[in-house]
Amino acid sequence: MGQEAPEIVFRTQGVTKVYQTGDVKVFALAGVDLELYTGEMAVLLGPSGSGKSTLLNILGGLDHATAGRVWFRDTELTDMPDRALTRYRRDHVGFVFQFYNLVPSLTARENVQLVTDVSPDPMPAEEALALVGLANRMDHFPSEMSGGEQQRVAIARAIAKRPEILLCDEPTGALDSATGVQVLEVLQDINARFGTTTVIITHNAEIQRMAHRVIQFADGKISSVHTNETRLAPSEIVW
Amino acid sequence: MQAIDRKLLRDFSRLWKQALAIALVLACGVAILLTALGMYKSLSDTRDTYYERNRFADVFSAVQRAPERLVTELAAIEGVWAVETRTVGSAVLDVPGSMVSVTGKILSLPPDGAPRLNVPILKTGRLPDPTSTDEVMVNHNFALANGFQLGDFFYANLNGQKRQLTITGTAQSPEFIYTIGPGALMPDNATFGILWMSQVAVAAAFDMTGAFNDVALKLSKGAREENVIDAVDRLLEPYGSLGAYGRDLQASHSFIDSEIKQLQNMATVLPPIFFGISAFLVSMVMGRIIALERSQIGLLKAVGYSNLEVCLHYLMLAVLIAVVGIGIGWLVGGWLARQMALLYAEYFDFPFLIFSTSLWVYAASGMAAMLTTTLGAAQAAIKAARLAPAIAMQPPVPPQFKRSWIDRAMATMRLSQPTIMILRALIRWPVRSGLTMLGLALAVSTVVSPSFFTYSLNKIVDSAFYESARQDGMLILSHDMPEIVLATAADLPAVLQAEGQQYHPVILSNGNHEKRTVIQAGRPDSDLSRVIDKDGKQIAVPPGGVVLTERLATQLDVRIGDTVDVKFLGGRQETHALRVTDIIAQYFGLGAYMDLEYVNALLRQSPRISLINVSLDDTEIIDLHRRLKDIPSLAGIVMMTDTRRSFSETIEQNIGVVNTIYIVIALLITIGVTYNGARIQLSERSRELASLRILGFTRSEVSYILIGETMLLSVLAQPLGWWIGTLITASMFNSFSSDLYNMPLVIHPAIYAKASFVVLLASFGSVMLVRRRLDKQNLVSAMKVRE
Repeated sequence: MGQEAPEIVFRTQGVTKVYQTGDVKVFALAGVDLELYTGEMAVLLGPSGSGKSTLLNILGGLDHATAGRVWFRDTELTDMPDRALTRYRRDHVGFVFQFYNLVPSLTARENVQLVTDVSPDPMPAEEALALVGLANRMDHFPSEMSGGEQQRVAIARAIAKRPEILLCDEPTGALDSATGVQVLEVLQDINARFGTTTVIITHNAEIQRMAHRVIQFADGKISSVHTNETRLAPSEIVW
Repeated sequence: MQAIDRKLLRDFSRLWKQALAIALVLACGVAILLTALGMYKSLSDTRDTYYERNRFADVFSAVQRAPERLVTELAAIEGVWAVETRTVGSAVLDVPGSMVSVTGKILSLPPDGAPRLNVPILKTGRLPDPTSTDEVMVNHNFALANGFQLGDFFYANLNGQKRQLTITGTAQSPEFIYTIGPGALMPDNATFGILWMSQVAVAAAFDMTGAFNDVALKLSKGAREENVIDAVDRLLEPYGSLGAYGRDLQASHSFIDSEIKQLQNMATVLPPIFFGISAFLVSMVMGRIIALERSQIGLLKAVGYSNLEVCLHYLMLAVLIAVVGIGIGWLVGGWLARQMALLYAEYFDFPFLIFSTSLWVYAASGMAAMLTTTLGAAQAAIKAARLAPAIAMQPPVPPQFKRSWIDRAMATMRLSQPTIMILRALIRWPVRSGLTMLGLALAVSTVVSPSFFTYSLNKIVDSAFYESARQDGMLILSHDMPEIVLATAADLPAVLQAEGQQYHPVILSNGNHEKRTVIQAGRPDSDLSRVIDKDGKQIAVPPGGVVLTERLATQLDVRIGDTVDVKFLGGRQETHALRVTDIIAQYFGLGAYMDLEYVNALLRQSPRISLINVSLDDTEIIDLHRRLKDIPSLAGIVMMTDTRRSFSETIEQNIGVVNTIYIVIALLITIGVTYNGARIQLSERSRELASLRILGFTRSEVSYILIGETMLLSVLAQPLGWWIGTLITASMFNSFSSDLYNMPLVIHPAIYAKASFVVLLASFGSVMLVRRRLDKQNLVSAMKVRE
């Protein structure tokens, strides 16, 4: 990151999300103001239920905020109709989930093609898989792969569309430490190589050490934001 | 191929058993629709073309003896396009080598060659020479059944003279597509034949020179049939008219017509049931797939697939199922239609069969199947499309259970937890449980309905053949004869008992209600042919009136004590106002009965009879036949023993085939419903059942939950199925019931027991197939799956 004013990718203003269960109102997000910058790797840290995933869903166009406003660059996502949100996700966003969410009936290559088939300017599925180190596992079905491999397929699937933003929800949550590190290395590599803005949600405090910025969540609010002066390489992280 | 399409194909091949179970039910609907529509079209097209090409007449009338000069007057009737008169007679034939007596219906050919109406199609040989008196052309099937070759001969008693007739040709005629002999219940080509002979020969034989006793008329387009019938009746009245009638009362035509109507019914009633069940199954399976693929749907949306694309993706799965079902349905339907065509060829004597199951029939059946299947999947697919991505990515909220009085009841009954699980599931998804029950009930009803036929037909046969018509044979006289001939008949070999009966074609009328029928008159002490009501009680027909069957009385709108006008056709055409002395319920025909002596007195005639009923000693029957062939005054012979046997055989054979078809259909429905139901249940409960296993439940205890729910629904469906089956049958019998016969609804426990046995067994088999999967369940991975 240079010294000049960074370009803003996402901006939120008082974003609130309320879930109503019976008579009880649960504030998943209670007024979040945040800016995310082009090319940065941001880690959203916080315990379960602190609102991280909700925010990620809203940023990714999977969900609407109850109140507040959200911008992606100059485009306001806040009240965007469903059709436009679909377009937005298709063209700009890559997702990585905790449980990989691969389609079990499709091979690694085909899972990636699921995305490249509908993206305007994708990279070949093979290239995406090669980037995550799975060039030799392309024709395997999810059931034939380890958790780490499956998550790498999911990452390949996310980056194959050359997204501007990569939103990762607990990408290492279901993995052991060694495998988790491999996945983080892939994420960092993508971030460095393509300048893809990468947002990682985690409740694993160790992972924050590889981020440019760390945004701490508690009770639906941002409790602190700090910038890492020195970042660790994923291989230096242990948990 | 796009990755999402590959997913579709893989999902489909993974689900193939469930898909096939649904596709087979769908295929039933398609096949039946295709067969019924195809045969309906084929039969009606064939008939219409045949009628058109061979100028099948529109109006017919028999008369005792009318002068030939009436032809010009008949032709002058407004709306008449062509007239043809002829002489029709009946004779007992002596076929060399044949033990039994054969009856022939003899038709005269015009002196100038081929008829202009009801034109016979020459199959082999030539028409008889117009000047010859010993040449004959016979209907093709009669020749086949008796193994006749051109040039073969047989003898016929014509006007008291036994004459040798040589076969010059064989033919088919639009008048005799369905050929049924006098007193017979179904065609028998070996013992009943149509004989065409020259005008001179027939006129001489039946004393009709310069006269005719039968007329056929073809009407011009737009002519009013009833007006023509009235005009014909007026002209022929003085000559002993038996009353003109249209095609609707022509024997051959009315049989084909009722068959065509049945096909039409079949095409409209059955397929929707199958389509409905398939739609339900598709919706059930798709609903489950979408529940299972929640996170995948979320993913598809997250990566940018639109709602429409997601919706179409799931609809396509239903489309694939439909494609398989339609394919199987078309194959089976095509085959079935050909089998039906062969069956028709056996009963109906068509010179050709227009069997072009046209494209539109295929298209219509395919479209109907596709539409219902897609509709079945629509709800689930739309649900998938509407699923918000953020929600789809989260595990589903557990289904809500609420405590109700049923739970309190279950608690007081101290039911086991697994039993409570079963019952809660049924109550939690009442629509699904209800529809599953309905599907199984329909399967039960499919077996119930044809079983009813067996019992009802047996009842009819018992009543008609063993309680009412108990004679072994009927000797039909060529004209009414003095009662004294009974003594001669009693002297014939094998005859143990001989009783006479009079038959009178009549028109009964009450105000503007009018009905043609035949009055049977017998002696009150008759033992061989008795008047029996529905309960098998013998009815004494009192002198001084007429006894009517219920159907006839209803059609005439008369009650006991009312008077009805009876016009005796033939003879002096007298009309008498008679009191209705009794109304009885019967299964066959539009019977009307009178006392023989009373009829004689009424018509001021000496005691006479039209036919002789005989009981026979089996050991001397061959001698009897030998003698009968030489008796000139016989117009026909009906061996009731043969009639009974062939009727029972045909019925048994047909019912056997029908029962088998319906049992297969019921099996397909049951398997479709229970297999899919159990698979879905297993999929929904897999974590639950695995948890129970981990907690220490045995395999059979866990199986109990799976099997219990399905079997409980199956058992609950039984009474519903019995009820629906009975209802369907009752309405079917109601629609079948005609002036020819009406079917009684004989309720017998075996009908229901058989249906339940079939369906419960199939349910159990299907659920056991699914149960095997429990054995393969990996407990650890089942617990890990996030759902």
